[in-house]
Amino acid sequence: MLIFEHSREGRVNAPQAPLTDQPCNDIPEALRRKHRAGLPEVSEMQAVRHYTRLSQMNFSIDTHFYPLGSCTMKYNPRSCNTLAMLPGFLNRHPDSPANMSQGFLACMHDLQEILKDVTGMQAVSLAPMAGAQGEFAGVAMIRTYHDARNDDARTEILVPDAAHGTNPATATMCNFKVREIPTDQNGDVDIEALKQAVGPHTAGIMLTNPSTLGVFERRIHEIAGIVHEAGGLLYYDGANLNAILGKVKPGDMGFDVIHMNLHKTFSTPHGGGGPGAGPVGVSQRLEPYLPVPLVTESGGEYHLLTQKSRPDSIGQLSAFMGNAGVLLRAYVYARLLGRDGMQRVAEYATLNANYLMVQLHKAGFDLAYPGRRATHEFIVTLNRQARELGVNTMDFAKRMLDYGVHAPTTYFPLLVPECLLIEPTETEDKTVLDNFVEVMKQIQQEAETDPEKVKGAPYSLPVRRLDDVKAARELDLAWEG
Amino acid sequence: MPFIPHTEEETREMLDAIGAGSIEDLFDEIPAELRSSGLDKVPPGLSEMDIVRLMHERAEQDARTLCFAGAGAYEHHIPAAVWEITTRGEFYSAYTPYQAEASQGTLQLLYEYQTMMTRLTAMDVSNASLYDGASALAEAVLMAVRANRKSKSRRILMPRSVHPAYRKVAHAIVHNQNIVLEELDYAHDRGIIDIASLPDAPGDATALVIPQPNYFGNLEDVHALTDWAHGHGMLVIAVVNPTSLAILTPPGEWGESGADIVCGEGQPLGAPLSSGGPYFGFMCCRQSFVRQMPGRIIGRTTDLDGKPGFSLTLQAREQHIRRSKATSNICTNQGLLVTAATIYMSLLGPRGLERVASHSHANTAYLIERLSTLEGITAVFDSPFFHEAVFRFDLPLDDILRALAAQGIVGGVRLGDDYPELDNCLLICATETRTRADIDSFADALQRISGRLQSTGCPVKPKM
Amino acid sequence: MSNIPTELRYTSSHEWIKREEDGTLTIGITDHAQKLLGDLVYVEVPEEGVQFGEGDDCAVVESVKAASDVYCPVTGEVVASNEALADTPELLNTDPYGEGWLFRMRPDDETAFDNLMDADAYAELVESEEH
Repeated sequence: MLIFEHSREGRVNAPQAPLTDQPCNDIPEALRRKHRAGLPEVSEMQAVRHYTRLSQMNFSIDTHFYPLGSCTMKYNPRSCNTLAMLPGFLNRHPDSPANMSQGFLACMHDLQEILKDVTGMQAVSLAPMAGAQGEFAGVAMIRTYHDARNDDARTEILVPDAAHGTNPATATMCNFKVREIPTDQNGDVDIEALKQAVGPHTAGIMLTNPSTLGVFERRIHEIAGIVHEAGGLLYYDGANLNAILGKVKPGDMGFDVIHMNLHKTFSTPHGGGGPGAGPVGVSQRLEPYLPVPLVTESGGEYHLLTQKSRPDSIGQLSAFMGNAGVLLRAYVYARLLGRDGMQRVAEYATLNANYLMVQLHKAGFDLAYPGRRATHEFIVTLNRQARELGVNTMDFAKRMLDYGVHAPTTYFPLLVPECLLIEPTETEDKTVLDNFVEVMKQIQQEAETDPEKVKGAPYSLPVRRLDDVKAARELDLAWEG
Repeated sequence: MPFIPHTEEETREMLDAIGAGSIEDLFDEIPAELRSSGLDKVPPGLSEMDIVRLMHERAEQDARTLCFAGAGAYEHHIPAAVWEITTRGEFYSAYTPYQAEASQGTLQLLYEYQTMMTRLTAMDVSNASLYDGASALAEAVLMAVRANRKSKSRRILMPRSVHPAYRKVAHAIVHNQNIVLEELDYAHDRGIIDIASLPDAPGDATALVIPQPNYFGNLEDVHALTDWAHGHGMLVIAVVNPTSLAILTPPGEWGESGADIVCGEGQPLGAPLSSGGPYFGFMCCRQSFVRQMPGRIIGRTTDLDGKPGFSLTLQAREQHIRRSKATSNICTNQGLLVTAATIYMSLLGPRGLERVASHSHANTAYLIERLSTLEGITAVFDSPFFHEAVFRFDLPLDDILRALAAQGIVGGVRLGDDYPELDNCLLICATETRTRADIDSFADALQRISGRLQSTGCPVKPKM
Repeated sequence: MSNIPTELRYTSSHEWIKREEDGTLTIGITDHAQKLLGDLVYVEVPEEGVQFGEGDDCAVVESVKAASDVYCPVTGEVVASNEALADTPELLNTDPYGEGWLFRMRPDDETAFDNLMDADAYAELVESEEH
């Protein structure tokens, strides 16, 4: 039932708004609304009950194992939320003067310093509001860097074919042509193809390391050398930073610019699809171009640097300073972990992934890269099951939901057919991983004995499999009742 | 270990199963020369008790202000139930609804949100949100370039009465694609675009951006502007304040045929000020442009048993399928903020939102009345307004703002940097949360400060 | 096995081309292509009067999980497009060589058709892709 179906004309939830009406007669008639907007008219209890019930129809980290590869669905500590929502932080207006904002700015400055160390970069801007915006900032800086040198032949960005879709989409937003680089059979970038592709038209390369294939790019130094030699810059997509947190710094690998997904590595909540935060870090040569605002400290006082004092900046990416509340949550998380806790993140994320990979392999599942270590994630391919049993990855994924496990990422990366990208994260314990293996074995058995059952899944959720074709052909995007 | 559940015994069992001697062995594919030398700048870990104390101290430093700043971020009352429900773990710790069957709560809520936004704006369709108002305008500009196929100019008319930060963000995001944002001045006496000053032959332009209310809080003549733009083959991009739509003509009803794309900042609908974010951007449009829209869109459909349900739809527009040809690189929306906004709109309903809007308007009217009686302060514009107004100060603003800050008052937002003609002017806002007593004490403080500055001519020491 | 009519010509990007009596060319996507894409949910066809060069993106076909550009097989001007596809994109699935046609164009060079791939060559291509 929709909230609109609980609505009755004339029901007023009085105490939530001011108690009286105010005339607006001074606003010209022609500019005033003629008919009330069709928002729901419900009581507080109806609204609370409705949305509480909706929440109960979701899988979430708090209720289910959620091994969604490349998304780092780890536990979101409660204190991060509670402390970011203290009244002093919530009520601070973004245009409050610096002398009324020292508490908030101190947190932001500390966070900048922590992220600098973690990434091994020269400077950090907290401005981008999501990973994709961080990517945009990074590639826009690469463009500005070449433009500032009048090097206008550099029109191409190289992207491995295993890359996330945001990489090519971002390059296009910055008006670059995208050139794909193939991956070799071990999951590494094809170095020979890379050598062929680079040249005076190369603006840069966008790389994720570990890659979306769940393996560490071992020849990263060589790649950096080839691209730098050709005059291009290296962009690090921090989607998989959780795998190397405290173990390897992207700056040491030779990257010139990096974005981080704080909603992954720094455990800020995914919120049903945002908000995220995508700070960027840069090497010295890109430092002047960082997006504003930046937080700076002098004589024990903090203040914001804007375009006025940073004229070469690629500019501002949000009306104010990005997703400040998300940054506060990440800050609390970073302080709770501290330097030792951060290194353990990568260690135990890697331990969990390798353990789960080995156990699934022992249980008879095929690995996409059997000869490789898992990083914080790995790929199982169900190509054999699809071919021999007619039960594909989507069927496995839907059946998992019946067993109370959120499905891993399916059909991504595009390179591996019928794939499951599995990322258990460091916050899950061994029992949960063992249970996942049991669930996979159980579904395998069902696929062999009763494939139709798996293909009809799920059965125990609020809805059964949805008709996506109908959704797209007969668009119903707003309630007309 | 923070948030890591493994006992030593379990770790050992797991390593044995893998056939590794130690956790270190699991990193053996990483070349030794790349291994980090440690995190010297990251402080040692804190206990929860310690971090609670630190954050309370810092939050306290910035607390207890009386705020008269608006300029795109507005302090409204947020009903207690909004964030109680929004921060339930099932909303808070879920992700993008890729597995629709396991995400019906989030999906249905987003569909309800889309419905509410189309009703508020009187448009056909809404997406599931973008990052914030400013970046939503940038996306609206890119969308207009895709949607207006008759126009080849990639030229967007951007009035100076649009929020300056929005204009900067739009420029930063679209200029790489050779899109030109051409400034259109406003009438300096009335603080709105003067219809009579618009050219008869504006040439090929892709779209006109119309802010309502505009950055100064004034109400533009949206009907005439919309018709003028349509008459010259342009699309109309409306940038609106969602609260104001409870009392102002929705963009779908502007002029003869309504705006084409509507965007804006969703913060007033249940998001706290929170230093500028996270907020959310909203975007609505005509049905015929839906495939040009960026961001997630939720559709209602049926399941195998014919039961209604919800799923992500029109995904072929998006980066994970279209890659370099996607409508945008955007991946997420601002799900949690939209959750809050949907609950906020449900709790207030059309009449509640109307009261929020009308009280904000009335309080601002009172603010203008009070401040206009003070010597050395004048209201700059004489146009209909929503809940903000611009004032010119005879005395130096630096001194006045510093003195107000010392009394815990955020006096407004200065305009001189973005508008040289409005040097020494402040943009001041009063929402429904500023009582008459608040406004009186603000006016009294200004009077006292002016008096003292005039008599001593010496600046007041800042609060630190 | 895909249906590959012998009287048509083909491209390596899976468009089919039919020569009409008046010398115009009708263009669509092959049975093999529609099978790869799955249930189509949206088709965008070019407007009449638009000029395309060989290899230009000239139409888009979308299924739930994929979107694909259609490339113009020859240089010329669009003289008609299949308006029915706006409401019934499934015609591409049910009748790819008939009611699922995309658009018709007048080629600049009348002999362009003869230089396109014939059915045998296309069958070979499909064969090689399937293995």
